[in-house]
Parts: sequence; structure tokens; C-alpha cells
Amino acid sequence: MHGLVNRAIQCFVRDTYGADTWERLARAGDLPLAGFEAMFIYDDAVTDRMLEAAVVVLGRSRDSVLEDLGTYLVSHPNVETLRRLLRFGGETFEEFVESLDELPRRAALALPELDLPALEVVPEAGRDTELRVTCNWPRAGFGHVLVGMLRTLADDYGALVLLDHEGREGDVEWIRITVMSGSFSTGRPFRLAGTWAAP
Amino acid sequence: MTPAHGDSGRAGLDLLMPMHLHVAADGRVVHAGPTLQRIAGDRPIAGCALFDLVEFRRPRGVADMDSLRRCAGRALVLHWRGPCRTQFKGVAVPAAGQGDSDGGLLVNLSFGIALVDAIRDHDLKAGDFAPTDLAVEMLYVLEAKATILDEWRKLNGRLHSARIAAEQQAYTDTLTGLGNRRAMDHVLGGLVADGQAFGLVHLDLDFFKAVNDTLGHAAGDHVLRVAAQAMAGVTRAEDTLVRAGGDEFLLILPGQVDGTRLRELSERLIARLEQPIPFEGETCRISGSAGIAVSHGGDMTVPVILARADEALYAAKAAGRGRAVEYGALHAARAVAEAAVSGTPAPGAAGAA
Repeated sequence: MHGLVNRAIQCFVRDTYGADTWERLARAGDLPLAGFEAMFIYDDAVTDRMLEAAVVVLGRSRDSVLEDLGTYLVSHPNVETLRRLLRFGGETFEEFVESLDELPRRAALALPELDLPALEVVPEAGRDTELRVTCNWPRAGFGHVLVGMLRTLADDYGALVLLDHEGREGDVEWIRITVMSGSFSTGRPFRLAGTWAAP
Repeated sequence: MTPAHGDSGRAGLDLLMPMHLHVAADGRVVHAGPTLQRIAGDRPIAGCALFDLVEFRRPRGVADMDSLRRCAGRALVLHWRGPCRTQFKGVAVPAAGQGDSDGGLLVNLSFGIALVDAIRDHDLKAGDFAPTDLAVEMLYVLEAKATILDEWRKLNGRLHSARIAAEQQAYTDTLTGLGNRRAMDHVLGGLVADGQAFGLVHLDLDFFKAVNDTLGHAAGDHVLRVAAQAMAGVTRAEDTLVRAGGDEFLLILPGQVDGTRLRELSERLIARLEQPIPFEGETCRISGSAGIAVSHGGDMTVPVILARADEALYAAKAAGRGRAVEYGALHAARAVAEAAVSGTPAPGAAGAA
């Protein structure tokens, strides 16, 4: 697994539950106490041990840990850059969701070795406010991360949506998205120029 | 006006090329795309003379409609006149006129490599670009690149700090915090290779074994730490202090080649070492013997200067401990003694320090 993923989980635990909890989790999962390097590749088993330890140490179900991780990834100031990269995906929440299938290619533009699930957006026949997203990956659970990310990004865009994780069949997870209102609130501001454009 | 430049045609052009200019044959701007108008701010572009609005950088010499018309189809580089000199890439093509009349030129612009400056200066939105324009993707890649570079920079910082810490550990005697033999080899090797002058004091603690044997290793360790502090107290920050092993130390003093001053320094150090050292209710008493050698730079190898300091130390021990002996003086004295025996004067004995 790419170190970026492991480090994201580590930072989620540290920033949400504190450094002590991360240390307990690292000990429980036999993980490096100093944490992960974002630019290294780690064995997949390390990520599995980390998630198993998170379920035990945080006392939460695996699904809710993963959904909280998704929320953290697009809302915490320490990972603001990821929220910005995602917002390049569309000017409105609807545009963003429709371009979800581009996400792995966008990620590969930044980091070719980052392995992400294949996403497909399927409009529900006859209902133009409803979409289903399929998430195809041999590793179960990314769908829950995606639900957390989408829920938080909807707030970010100012959209009002309903999100449902509809389960998993084989390698495929299903998510249903119903957009109640694309401009429910003002959302958070987004400017194309990032800190890299500072004079 | 042909239909292409009618209201619906104009709306189409604005969408396809939000940064285009339609310039009439006389050089007046007939219409500007919405993003260009946005960049210009309050100043309406339509009606301005093209060459008052922009200045052409390449090709050189484009200063009127005739020269611009001759460059039709070629890549242009131009910039805005005015306080904000935004740079553009562009291309001009003849605009369709009515019948045989001259329709002027269509000039389409993009930011090219100046995109970042333009985004920053004009706070442009995704909607300011044509849907087919790759500008937003380029900004995305820039942002991703900046993020990844930042991660690499942080990783390099961590690795660099770790390397420095590892190097320090590798060169440090853990008990006293002084340098170890590896540090000694490194520093002496460097001084000799650079041809720098330096003084070397080889110090051996006297009666240390007795402390170790009677009061135990903990007392011995304490004495070694106190001795290391005493050495730090009589030397400068640029000097290197080494625990070469057991109760044996080396003081490497760059630039210090005055034999007398080195002897005085050593005697001061020995006096400090002779101060009683309290340890857990007991009192440890030690002393020290020092052998001194100097290198004037490039005149001897590391083994030679080490052997000289060692020889001087041996002489100090033989003379009854608690003393500092200088290699140069030792040899001068021997020459004098030999001369006295043989009855001939000792050549150069006086200045051989």
C-alpha cells in the first residue's frame, strides 16, 4: 500500500484522537511508532493490521472508522491540500460526482504509483437527481471512505444530499447519491490559485 | 457583419474562445471575449486601438495591422499594456468580411506558461476558461506537484536530521559525551590532509584503576565524566576532545602549536583532575599525565604525531606522574644530556620545541 494511504490513516487517528491513542494503536498493530513515510510503499498487511487495531483501540466498527477517515480527509486543516485537489474535479457538487470516474486518473497524474479503486458513475434511469457509484477494488471498505468524503464534500460545495452505502458484491461496492439541492448553502470558498501561486 | 459575427455567432465565439479579440481592419477592437474583458476590469476593450491595448514581443516588429496580418497563423507572444503586464500566447487569423471587404483579424489568446501569474493576479475561475481548455487540469497538476514536492522536502529533512544524529552517535563516546576513536581519526585525518597546524595532548589518568578497584565501576564512570568536564573547562569550543579508550584521552587543538602554552594548559588540567571527586559519600582521588606534540602543518602523518605524543606521555609517567611533557623539549633535553656526555655542543637544541 502506498505510504500516503497509511500516513493518512495515521494522521486521522492522531489528529482526531490524539498522539497517545496513535501510540496505543501502533503498539497494538505492531506498526512503526514514529509513523509512516508518505513517499514509501509498504506491505499491504501493514494497512490491514492498522485497520484491525483501529477497530479494537477506537472501539468502533470498521465501516464507521473508514467513513470517519473519509470525513477527516476532506475537512481537517492538516490535509487541506487534498480537499483542494478534489475541488478541481468540478465547479459544483453534481459536476464533481459526475467526474468521480476520473478520480483514479487524476490521482495518477499526481502519483502514478498510487493504486486507487476504479469508480463508475451510473445515473438512475428516470431520476435525474439520483446516481449510483460503483467502486471496484479487491480490498473491501473504500466505499465507506468514499461516503465520508462525499458527505463532507457536499457540505463543502453547499449541496444537500442523501448518501447510502448499499453493500458489497464480490469486489464491487455500491453507493447511492441523491442530490436534494445543489446550492442549499454557500459552502466553503475555493480559489484556483493555491499557495504555490503566492508571489 | 456575416452571420458568424452576429449575436448568436458572437456568443458561440465567446464560449469557444473566451479570450479572443475581433479587430477591425483599421486596428480598432470590435469585440473582446468575456475573460479578456474581465481581466481588463472597468476599462471597456471594444473601441480601443489594438496596439494601445497590447504590445507584441514576438515576432519582433509587429506594430500595425499590416505587420500583424503578415504574421497570421504564427505563434505570437504579447503582453497587456498597463499596470498589470499579463503575458499571452496568441494566434491571429483573418476574420470573414462582407463580400470582398476586409473583416479584420481574429486574435485568440491564452496564458501559456504565464497561467499561474494570471490566475493569481486576476482570481480567475474554472468558468473563465473554455470547457475544452486544459488550464484547470494544468493548475491541478501544479497543485499536486507542489504537494508532492513538499512531502519529499519534509522526508528529506527527516532523513537529513536522522543522518546527522546517527553520525553524531557514531562519533560519540556514550559515557563521557566526548568523541571516540572514530572522531579522532576523522578530525586528525582532516587536519593533516588540510595541512593545518595543531597541538595534540595525550592524557592518561593516574590512579584511575585504584578508584575502579576499590570503589567500583560506578565510581569509575563518575570519575571519567568529571574528568571529561575538566577537559571541556580548559579547552575551546573548536578543540576536539576524545576518549580514546579506558582512562586515555586525546585533546586536539587546531592552531595551538605553542609548546609552553600547551604545557601550561595541561598542567592546569592536571591540577583540576587532582581535586578530590566526591562520590556517594566516598572521595575519589586521581591525577593525570600528559604528553604533548605539535604539528606545524603538513610536516607529519597521523601515526607520527600520535607516536610523538605517546612518547612524551611515557616520559611524563616515567618522571613520576602528575606531569606534562612536551615532545620537542624532551628531545632538546636528551640532546643536551648526550652533548654533556660526549662533550660536543648540541646543534639547534634551543629552538626545537
